[in-house]
This record gives sequence, C-alpha cells and structure tokens, in this order.
Amino acid sequence: MRATVVVRPKEGILDPQGQAVEQSLRKLGFAVEHARVGRVVDVDVEASSAEEARERVDAMCKQLLANPLIESYEVEVHE
Amino acid sequence: MKPRVAVIQFPGSNDDRDALWALKALGGDASLVWHAEPELPDGTGAVVLPGGFSYGDYLRCGAIARFAPIMDAVTRFAAEGGLVLGICNGFQILCEAGLLPGVLQPNASLSFICRDAGLRVERTDTPFTSRCEPGRRLVIPIKHHDGAWFAPPELVEELESRGQILLRYEDNPNGAVGDVAAVTNEAGNVMGLMPHPEHAVDPLLGSGDGALILASLLDAARARTLLAI
Repeated sequence: MRATVVVRPKEGILDPQGQAVEQSLRKLGFAVEHARVGRVVDVDVEASSAEEARERVDAMCKQLLANPLIESYEVEVHE
Repeated sequence: MKPRVAVIQFPGSNDDRDALWALKALGGDASLVWHAEPELPDGTGAVVLPGGFSYGDYLRCGAIARFAPIMDAVTRFAAEGGLVLGICNGFQILCEAGLLPGVLQPNASLSFICRDAGLRVERTDTPFTSRCEPGRRLVIPIKHHDGAWFAPPELVEELESRGQILLRYEDNPNGAVGDVAAVTNEAGNVMGLMPHPEHAVDPLLGSGDGALILASLLDAARARTLLAI
C-alpha cells in the first residue's frame, strides 16, 4: 500500500530555506507572503488495511522521518 | 598511562584522521573504529564522534548515522558514564540519537560558514573544560552548514539551570538559540560542540585552544580508566 508523508517545519521554527524561496518568488513578481519548505516521502508499505498502513507509517515518522522538536508531519494512505 | 580513545569512522566522516592525530599528539592512545563494529575496543576510556557528512547528511544531518551498529555500543558506554564527545557532525548524530538535547538546524544565513569563532567557556568543572581557567575565551574554528542549535525555550531554561550549556559564541555565527556552541547531557558525560577543537591544537594553525578541550577529555578518560583498574 502506498503512503505519502509530508514533513514540514513547525510553525515558529526558523526556516531559512522557506525565506530564500519566498524572496526568490517575490523577485519573479509573485505576490507571496509566506513560503515554507518541507519534504515529501513516498513509501510502499506492507499492510492488510489502510489503518494498519497508517499506524506503520506513523511509527516511521516518529522514529526517523521527522524530528518532533522542529518538524510536524502528515500521513496520507492511498488505497 | 595513555587513555584509550575510540574515534568512530562513519561513511562520510572527514575529520576522523584530524581527531586521531590531535588526540595522539596530546598523549592519547587513539584509534579509528569502523561504524559497522558491534563493540568498542576493550579498555576504551572515551569515544569521539568526528565531523564530516556521515551518510551524505541524507534526510537530516546525523539522522541515519545513529542507526550504525557501533551506536548501540556507544549508547551503552554513555549510559554507564563513559565519556563521549561529538564534534560537528558528531554533535548532530548525538542529538538525533537522543544522547544530547536539541537539534542542529541549517545556519540562518543558509551559507556554509568556515572561520574562527570566539567562544565563552561557561563552566570549567567538567570533563570537557577542566583545563580552561574560569572566564577563559577560546578561539576555535567552525565549518558547517547545519550548525544552528535549537531547543524549545522551556528546554533551554532547564539546560541553563542545570549547567548543561558549556560553550557559547561571542558573536553568534549561525543563529543558534542562546548562542549555544556546546551542550552536555544531564549526567555531564556526553558533550557535543559545533567548533572543531581537533583543528586547533597547534598555534601554527592559528590557535591552540582546541587542545584545552581535548586534553580535558584525555585527563578525564585517564582518571576513569585508572579507577576501573
């Protein structure tokens, strides 16, 4: 089963990459206020149900994919 | 007696040989230990996690290296009170492994910074700073892209009250919270720092101040080893 994890810098955490992207977009003439840069991880996980897949991917996030001090994450399971 | 120091070599470490050289020059019996080893050498008195780009800094700096087989042995060694020093990437690994508080984030400038840094020694009654006089100023080079130490305000307060912040930048180069350049664990036997003491052990190279940190570690490792005999 495929799952997609989106990892984001938590609100209030300094995100210099996001700031650099925001400035570059402005220089191109786009009216943007706020850009944050995170990362996407796609995984194929063995699971018999979407719920089981979600639990497994949640454990992956807690143990490796995100650092809870600075990052939040969302898991989407594609059925 | 020469204290035995294990310098861990990860794929992508690049300051391992400098650390080895510096520790030997200061009277340590230092040797390289490959990351895939299951155990530390017998009689290890201290462990050094050197700088570099372990596992290509994939995902987050230090996030993958903490799963190296040797890290189980390092974690056990630390839990038994063994002295562990993480330099730069080694600091990042110790934070990701949960052996040290906080995390290292990209520099606020997003630039790789390579220059001497002035540091304030906050405590001298520790295994890592015992050779420094109180109030001593150190000049030790930094060279990193992800050196901005971060912890939430309540954690920083706890660390300050327990005296776990050992070095601060005089002129914050990277956006680290509280100007923090080095922290220890609660027990005080594990320290991580972003500056590179192994690059500052000979005045010929600009500064010898790093020798104070490494010689402090060797003193403490020697004392611990003698106690164990």
